[in-house]
Amino acid sequence: MVKTNGIKFNYDNEIFFEFPNVNLGKHENLLIIGSSGIGKTTLLHLLAGLIKPQSGSIELFGVNTSQLASHEMDKFRGNNIGLVFQKSHFVNSLSVIENLQLAQYLSNKKDSKRIESILNNLGIIDKSNKKPNQLSQGEKQRVSIALAIVNSPKLILADEPTSSLDDKNCDNVIKILKKQASDFGAQLIVITHDSRLKKHFNKSIEL
Amino acid sequence: MNIFKLSIKNIISKPLNSLLSLSLLILGIGIISLLLQLNSLIKDQMDNNLKGIDMVVGAKGSPLQLILSAVYHIDSPTGNISLEEAEKISKNRMVGSSIKLLYGDNYNGYRIVGTEKKFVELYKGEIKDGRLWDKAYEVVIGSKVYEKLNIKIGDELVSSHGLRETGEAHEDQVYEIVGLLKPTNSVLDQLILTSPESVWDIHGEHEHDEEHEHDEEHEHDEEHEHDEEHEHDDDREITAMLIKFKSPMNIIQFPRQINQETNLQAAVPSYEISRLFKLFGFGIETLSYMAYLIIIVSGFSLFINLFNSMRDRRYEMALMRTLGASRIQLSMMIIFESLILTILGFVIGLLFSRIGVMFVSSLMEESLNYDLNSFLVLNEEFWLLGLSIFIGLISSLIPALQVYKMNISETLADE
Repeated sequence: MVKTNGIKFNYDNEIFFEFPNVNLGKHENLLIIGSSGIGKTTLLHLLAGLIKPQSGSIELFGVNTSQLASHEMDKFRGNNIGLVFQKSHFVNSLSVIENLQLAQYLSNKKDSKRIESILNNLGIIDKSNKKPNQLSQGEKQRVSIALAIVNSPKLILADEPTSSLDDKNCDNVIKILKKQASDFGAQLIVITHDSRLKKHFNKSIEL
Repeated sequence: MNIFKLSIKNIISKPLNSLLSLSLLILGIGIISLLLQLNSLIKDQMDNNLKGIDMVVGAKGSPLQLILSAVYHIDSPTGNISLEEAEKISKNRMVGSSIKLLYGDNYNGYRIVGTEKKFVELYKGEIKDGRLWDKAYEVVIGSKVYEKLNIKIGDELVSSHGLRETGEAHEDQVYEIVGLLKPTNSVLDQLILTSPESVWDIHGEHEHDEEHEHDEEHEHDEEHEHDEEHEHDDDREITAMLIKFKSPMNIIQFPRQINQETNLQAAVPSYEISRLFKLFGFGIETLSYMAYLIIIVSGFSLFINLFNSMRDRRYEMALMRTLGASRIQLSMMIIFESLILTILGFVIGLLFSRIGVMFVSSLMEESLNYDLNSFLVLNEEFWLLGLSIFIGLISSLIPALQVYKMNISETLADE
């Protein structure tokens, strides 16, 4: 249930982007593929509501998000969208489990069972009390996936989740993402220049 | 988990940075609070001992010295005056009441004061055990003296000449303790009181000894002395006289009159003490300006600390925004961090100042037999709390605003 219609964006009236329409039905995943500088991250930020399009509309699950006020968008994003970044980000002063608790707090939820089941599912339950800087690269990626799905989002947006990984790990991560999305009933949109991912998706858009 | 807890975790995760910005604040708050405490404690002590004394009459010399010796018992007396002249003043119609004071001896550094029983009433002293003195060589002991020296009723004291412990001992005459006083939190606590006769007697004899240096037969001296006393009453001297006027108006005219027309000196304690505090005050003021400067610098250091940590954490704050955190929540996180640090700095600063007060108090007690102990929070210290909170708010203002205005999209794209 992701629908965009003629969205345009420009940075400082210099770089203009015009994006093809996205139309995603229920339970469908999408791969958006394109080379560097073509506005992939911009599109992801538009979909996540971090920026607003100059024109066109974005409709997520029946809500026209391009019309929401900034604080309404913050709430909507917290409740409905999980973001996975190319590089993992955490609140470094908090342990893994505290990061997940904070994520729940920020969208007014509290569900320690869910945190436990996610950590179990991702095989990192034994790292619960570790600080992010004590984790390996692969563990960090799993924790950032956990952060993206802890609030049961309906949509997971992943920005270049595999670009810095070798083939084996690349397969691994995309499988985890797809599994988590289907396990927790979310739709997945991956934006990447990594053509290795094509075989994992039925639907894709080239920018 | 909530924003406040997160702020605390953020502070704990960078203990050295937090300590650095705290230490300056602790220093500034500590110094100011110590100055405020000492100033107020000393002032209280001074004022407490001043009650009911409008004027002090003693020998010519420094008026401040006269006050310090006769009212606070911390300096040497200016000298002695004749009893006859002193009594002339006490009979003046402007004088409400007067109390004679005689110094000369000490016991283990505590002054033995020959005086009238009115002296005990002046400081609202009450007998804890025993009774007041009735005849010569009976003494009543202040609370600090018996607590420190562990002496009790019935014990005998051999006094030393002068006001320091090292004076030569009057071994031939002993004082008997007949009473103990309750604590009054005034000079009474650190004195040994006796009748004026005791001091006249012991020093009459002493002077006599000096006059007849080769005469070592004490029994003979004593008899001789007693005879002399009856014959020459008018030779007797006292050290100072405390005076209360009938009307407060007399405080302007009467002391001047005494200073001009007699060879006695009259000093007004409240005037001398406010003069002393003006001298003190200059030093205290200079120190507090420096301390305020330190607090301002601490605010600046706190600001830099917050600003840097905000830049270091911009990705994690952008992450929090993507997780649903509002701008206000992130700004509050920064402000909380700053306020927690400054309030902590205030509390630790106050704690340090109390340790400072205890230290100064123990120094003063050793040298002056005064102690200052009060752990009340002064009104001015609540102002310091306000100041700490203000510093916390001001230093977090710019970082919090920056966080508020942060562009998440740009921050995340900039990795």
